[in-house]
Amino acid sequence: MSKFKQQFLAGPYLIWIVGFIILPMLMIVYYAFTNADGGFTFEYITATFASETNRKAMILSLQLGLICTGICLVLSYPLAMILNNMQIKNQSFIVFIFMLPMWMNFMLRILAWKLLLSKNGVFNSILTSLGFERINIINTPAAVVLGMVYDFLPFMLLPIYNSMTRIRKDWIEAAKDLGAGSITIFFKIIVPLTVSGIISGIVMVFVPSLTSFAISQVLGGGQVLLIGNVIEQDFMQGMQWNAGSGLSFVLMIFVIASMALVNLFDKDGEGTAIW
Amino acid sequence: MVKKCASRLYMFLIFLFLYLPIIVLIILSFNNSKTRVVWGGFTLDWYKSCFQDEKIMSAFLTTIQITFLSAILSTLIGTLAAIGISAMKKRQQTIYLGATNIPLLNADIVTGISMMLLFVKFMDLGFVTVLVAHITFSIPYVILNVLPKLKACNRSTYEAALDLGASPLYAFYKVTWPEIRPGVFSGFMMAITMSLDDFSITYFTKGPGVNTLSTMLYTELKKGIKPELYALSTILFFAVLFILLLGNVLPQKKAQRALSKQQKDL
Repeated sequence: MSKFKQQFLAGPYLIWIVGFIILPMLMIVYYAFTNADGGFTFEYITATFASETNRKAMILSLQLGLICTGICLVLSYPLAMILNNMQIKNQSFIVFIFMLPMWMNFMLRILAWKLLLSKNGVFNSILTSLGFERINIINTPAAVVLGMVYDFLPFMLLPIYNSMTRIRKDWIEAAKDLGAGSITIFFKIIVPLTVSGIISGIVMVFVPSLTSFAISQVLGGGQVLLIGNVIEQDFMQGMQWNAGSGLSFVLMIFVIASMALVNLFDKDGEGTAIW
Repeated sequence: MVKKCASRLYMFLIFLFLYLPIIVLIILSFNNSKTRVVWGGFTLDWYKSCFQDEKIMSAFLTTIQITFLSAILSTLIGTLAAIGISAMKKRQQTIYLGATNIPLLNADIVTGISMMLLFVKFMDLGFVTVLVAHITFSIPYVILNVLPKLKACNRSTYEAALDLGASPLYAFYKVTWPEIRPGVFSGFMMAITMSLDDFSITYFTKGPGVNTLSTMLYTELKKGIKPELYALSTILFFAVLFILLLGNVLPQKKAQRALSKQQKDL
């Protein structure tokens, strides 16, 4: 088959892109910029920051998203280094062990945390039987952050670990020969060479944590209102499609900005290779 | 030595953080006690009632159907697309890959809502809309797994087969397919795991009465936790473990076998 004819094999996919990726996005844009009667308006975009509830939810989402991303980064970077430095033959198996929870159903992982943290949950019954105070973090932002970190940690670990495996041992040896100490090696070699992994990790954690609504619903018990929860309520309860679309559009802008950030650093698309 | 101990300890703590919830779920699934967290003896009752629970079973069936249908269809469309894209000029490729990145990087909630807005214009939300949505977000994983394999292929070999009189289909089957098969396979596995794991997109594109396990769990979780769900999670955990081991170990085993066969032949 000639190269020209071969291109037509992408035909079904082209239809799919237009029909189920581009068109739906345009629908959001359409609803975001029109009111219930179909007239053009900016009202729903500005409402993101103008309305009290939306602004609070947006700020809380950004806060929790940033905290969650920070914790994930701090936890996974040392782990990635340790995993990468292990001198064991089946290193890939150890990495597999750390990735395994990621493949467990998203809802089940949240269920597990609800079980552990709830008022009469596992942690509290252990604590009371040992004579300690109960901890009451279920239905607070702290529980939501905990759930998010648990859910998204592998998304941070994997890109960082991947970029670390590409650092050749010779380079570090060479630096040592030239008299660099381990701190210099860390800041001058390891960190600069893993920047692309760090950036894709940050985006892959920040985007879902900014936009999640299920975790905050279940672990926050409806008391932690994130921007995702506001959107969900607009669509599923209030039937305010225009308002919901306006918020989704603003979220889309955030996502596009982070995509641009990834493209800037991540030239080989290593961040998306999860398998 | 201290450093080694510290790093072992650190690994162990993270390991505990990741597995403690799962272990608790598994233990509680065998716990014969209604008050949940107190150990009341070993039982398999929750497994029995889990299989008798109509809600759980219908959600389970829907999940299996959606997962396999979407994985098969997205692998088909995605593989064809990758073959097409690999023949394109650089600029066209960039456009296609850009579009491929959209569902990968976009927030799930936005993807789900955008599709829901489109679907409600043309049809009732239900099984089909969930299926279409799952295919849409699975295709990119297939493409990203197959495309690198295609790029590693040497096109001249394929063209040589054509020159020697092979039909394009035969040449593809004999020359290209063996090269890209691992990529297609891992793309398929990715599609399965992504579809199994999805909650947000399913939640917005499903109609009333259609539930996958994730959305069923969500509604149940808002009400409270039933012990049957522990049993279900345990079963699912081991099912996923099995699929993953199959996906990871099998190709390696095969590669080893091929290698040792080669050595014998030499």
